[in-house]
Amino acid sequence: MKFADFVCFKAVIAGLQSKDRDGAIAELVTTLDKAGRLGQDNCKKIIRAVVKRENEASTGMGKGIALPHVKSSAVKDVIATVGQSSTGIDFSALDKQPVFSVILLISPVDDPDKHLQAMEKIFKHLQQEKFRKFLRQSQTAAQIEDLLREADENPFL
Amino acid sequence: MNRKIEYKLSERRCVIAEAQEGTLEKLVCEREVEIKNAAGLHMRPAMQFVDIASRFKSDIAVAKADTNADGKSIMQMSMLAATCGTKLKIRAQGPDALDAVAALQELVEVEKFGEPVPGQTIGEQEQ
Repeated sequence: MKFADFVCFKAVIAGLQSKDRDGAIAELVTTLDKAGRLGQDNCKKIIRAVVKRENEASTGMGKGIALPHVKSSAVKDVIATVGQSSTGIDFSALDKQPVFSVILLISPVDDPDKHLQAMEKIFKHLQQEKFRKFLRQSQTAAQIEDLLREADENPFL
Repeated sequence: MNRKIEYKLSERRCVIAEAQEGTLEKLVCEREVEIKNAAGLHMRPAMQFVDIASRFKSDIAVAKADTNADGKSIMQMSMLAATCGTKLKIRAQGPDALDAVAALQELVEVEKFGEPVPGQTIGEQEQ
């Protein structure tokens, strides 16, 4: 699976306004909603569901990365967006460090394999220090899109 | 739990190699396990796996086809993204390799990460 298959580039945010976890989640879900990817009247419900999931166990995986996600009947296919924070956000991450890159993933309820394929793609690149660094250095949404598209062409990025 | 029974089981089924390295006993234990829960190895199961793997002194490697992951790294385990039915090879090396593999097999195949298998109904829709 490629980033271009499931990342909504229109909804990428290079400078998250929110300084806290729930705010960042709301910002990302809202931008997906504004891009028309979440159907009718699902935005608030999805924000609540992502926060609930995050409260159960943090998706802050360490190294400045968090991957909040939820399954929702609002989507027929996996949809994701990326948010960058310059100040860092407390996600109660495993390594207790602030999070700078937030990848929000919404998956359909009835297709666990698709969700896993998206995860596989995301983590394959997030594991590379180079990729994490480039992501963190991105100043604009266009730069983030370029990076993700380049990663689609280059498995070693 | 019934550690002794698990231990005996692993003795029979594991490929055991003893290597002498200094004075430390080094065991290698390798076993294939199959993912049985419907949702597969998503983030929460991956975290459970890493939690248990990290309790052991042994090095733990997990392989899915050509992809290798450190069983104690959440990022690497999440990358495996093993779907239901996928077979993973768990390889532990160290003084407690037998117990480590037995405990991880229990988690994957017996407890199934505490999740439903295909066909079972899932309690919550939005989770």
